[in-house]
Amino acid sequence: MPVIIAKLPAAASTANFSPIYTMFKIILALSFAAVAHGQLAVKAGLLFTMTGDLKPIKNGIVLCGENGKIRAVGPASKIKIPAGYQTLAAKVAMPGIIDAHSTVGLSGILNLPKHDQEQLETSSPIQPELRAVDAYNGRDPLVKWLRDLGVTTVHTGHAPGALMSGQLMVVKTNVSSITSMKDTLVPASAVASTLGAKALSKSPGTRAKAIAMLRAELMKGQSRRLKMEEAKDDKEKDAPAPNLRLDVLVDILNKKTPLLINAQRHQDIAAALRLQEEFGFDLILDGAAEAYLLLEEIKAAGVPVMVHPTMGRPYGDLENMTFTLAAKLHKADIPFAFQSGYETYVPKTRVVHFEAAMAAAYGLPQEVALAACTIQPAEILGLDKKIGSLEKGKHADLALFDGDPLETTTHTTHVIIDGEVVSSSAK
Amino acid sequence: MRSRKLIAIAMAPFLLLPFFFSSAQESRESEVRVWAYTNATIYPVSSPKIEKGTLLIKGDTILAVGTSEGVKIPAEAEVVDATGRTIIPGLICTHSHIGSVAGADSSSPIQPEVRVLDSIDVRNTSINKARAGGITTANLMSGSGHLLSGQTIYLKLRKGNIVDDLTIKLSDGSLAYGVKMANGTNSIRDNGPFPGTRGKSAALVRQKFIDAQAYLKKRKKHQEEKPEEAFERDLALETLAEILEGKRTVHHHTHRHDDILTVLRLKEEFGFKVVLHHVSEAWKVADEIAEADVPCSIIFLDSPGGKLEARDFEWKNGAELSKRGVVTAFHTDDPINDSRWFLRNAAVGVRAGMSRQKALEGLTLAGAKMLDLDDSIGSLDPGKQADFVMLSGDPFSIYTRVLETHIEGEKVFDLKDPTDRLYAEGGYGAGHNREASGCCFYR
Repeated sequence: MPVIIAKLPAAASTANFSPIYTMFKIILALSFAAVAHGQLAVKAGLLFTMTGDLKPIKNGIVLCGENGKIRAVGPASKIKIPAGYQTLAAKVAMPGIIDAHSTVGLSGILNLPKHDQEQLETSSPIQPELRAVDAYNGRDPLVKWLRDLGVTTVHTGHAPGALMSGQLMVVKTNVSSITSMKDTLVPASAVASTLGAKALSKSPGTRAKAIAMLRAELMKGQSRRLKMEEAKDDKEKDAPAPNLRLDVLVDILNKKTPLLINAQRHQDIAAALRLQEEFGFDLILDGAAEAYLLLEEIKAAGVPVMVHPTMGRPYGDLENMTFTLAAKLHKADIPFAFQSGYETYVPKTRVVHFEAAMAAAYGLPQEVALAACTIQPAEILGLDKKIGSLEKGKHADLALFDGDPLETTTHTTHVIIDGEVVSSSAK
Repeated sequence: MRSRKLIAIAMAPFLLLPFFFSSAQESRESEVRVWAYTNATIYPVSSPKIEKGTLLIKGDTILAVGTSEGVKIPAEAEVVDATGRTIIPGLICTHSHIGSVAGADSSSPIQPEVRVLDSIDVRNTSINKARAGGITTANLMSGSGHLLSGQTIYLKLRKGNIVDDLTIKLSDGSLAYGVKMANGTNSIRDNGPFPGTRGKSAALVRQKFIDAQAYLKKRKKHQEEKPEEAFERDLALETLAEILEGKRTVHHHTHRHDDILTVLRLKEEFGFKVVLHHVSEAWKVADEIAEADVPCSIIFLDSPGGKLEARDFEWKNGAELSKRGVVTAFHTDDPINDSRWFLRNAAVGVRAGMSRQKALEGLTLAGAKMLDLDDSIGSLDPGKQADFVMLSGDPFSIYTRVLETHIEGEKVFDLKDPTDRLYAEGGYGAGHNREASGCCFYR
């Protein structure tokens, strides 16, 4: 293991109970507390900052400040590690990994309905009012599993499987309970929608009916928005009373909340683009297994793609999926990010950089694969000012490895969130 | 290998004419071609890695493996320069559900008379995809929803027209297969003849084997006393009798530590040959498994969970078993893990502490041993069948691709072939198992 934790400023084995030593211990405890909140230097043989041309810095250093933000980044020749900083060394370091779309924390490890399966409510096909914050369990072992492997942020929430299954949120993997909206990076980051076979049951029972139902719902949102605007302009008119569902639809139509539409087959992708054109919301295509058939159309619509897990199973609407999809999107200059997706059985969660790795094996350049699970999802989620790359002032979230982060044989040695080491399990 | 295809094309018009048919047959039989793959990095698996090695093949058999100095290339050999390529034995998947395989129905929990052989669709694209993953031999089996869901079938993934073209004949003329059994949650149901608890599961299985012991006795007595009279066969008990006689191996799905020990008790009581499959909690009872000298066919998943039994699944299973001397192989359990990423199992094994050698054995020779086929496959040794995979690089690297798969000297997958590439990478049409003739828009 090439990781060396530099000597900590202590000689705790000195057995001395003098008052001076007690005082020293108090100072020591205080300095440890300070270390826990930053003052950490990461030295990496290869440092992927995920900025500019995405090429790594050889022998790079990242300084994590006391405030949990990055204080400095650059080659070792230019950065001096201040006194009192703890140093972690690794062969490779990169920004903390971001999972562009997951259900972790809602879809728990045991897969027991009514116990840890909160990702899909089937009582009605359209329920955009369901909030991820009300369902998230940050103490599920799968959250730790992902964190230990280097995932520091997840875009998680309601699963594919209904026309509108509910909301998603963005949260860091060191958050165990949502005690306030401030515990999330974004409390309502998107509304999850699904077109295609997975969203069909008794009603909607066909693709055409599904789209008709979605259009009717969005039109209800339009008329509510109109009423709200009229009330704003005309003081005689009362603003409509709060309505959980319709208010979310208005947020979608006002581009405050994107609609994340899971569409795998080309017909479904085309339908999603038609909906976006008709209603003018912010669309994120999700899954998009057959996107390779509609590259021009997706590019023209300016829509980003959260591509299905490369190791997704080629059945149902994914029967014609390809491992080369990410490479094709990259070539077509369409923004995309990797997701772990939703798994009904085993493995209960996928690991987003393993999915990126498999795409790299099928034609995607290594640094683009890494960008598609760091800075790319940050940009698509509108969080690129805070996370996704290693730059001064951004969150000190890092993943450290003993080799190429995409190689299966490589271990994640340390994981840092907000300047704090949250894992050193060398998994 | 292009020239081989040209011969096939040249022969095609003859095959259309019955007049020439017999002579074409004869010329093919007399023609045993010799191939030399040179300058490759070769992992024979049974012996150390060879840099700049030569693999010499005659017809369907390996003639020699060694360094370029050590292997003399005969004058008639067709030489393929494999510089920069890696050659490993054909991969063996000890547990797969490709080929639309199916076994028992829901009428009872123990159905030894059911053969999965009768369900295989050799045109299912999952078989093409397995070849694209370098898999040359697979143990196709039914699911784990029964205590005993039927007879498995060991197949060589030759390019055949019907399933019989893919089967393996044993020296006694019978086909090579095992029997699929399961315990734990999957085979427990809350209806009818199915068990509702683990205790009942074990009791049902034990009773069946006791019946089979009686059947064996009865049959022996009949053969001794009335050999001229036909014996009234019982398909189900006959299969269980084969297990008791040691002719067939039980492939036993099991996850939890207590369920693993139940299998070991059954083995002890009835003396049958068994391979433990999945064994999520193997790391908890690795000493007991090693003591019982039972091979394990394991799976790697990207996370634990998905069901209670797999909550404590760990990547270290491969390392914990192999370091105790347990014969350890991997399986895809396709569609759980796609056959095209079978190689990746070896890399996860190494990540969690397995040696590279044991991990490679887990993809090849260890699997061959579990199927009792290690005399003919599983390593690159003279006299063994010419099943091998040509890779673009290190078998443990994610960036490595399968370039070619060969079974018994015949190329069954070539990444350069557009149709093969479609199956290897996916794309429009890759998932269509029953393509309409005269179709389609994607070729």
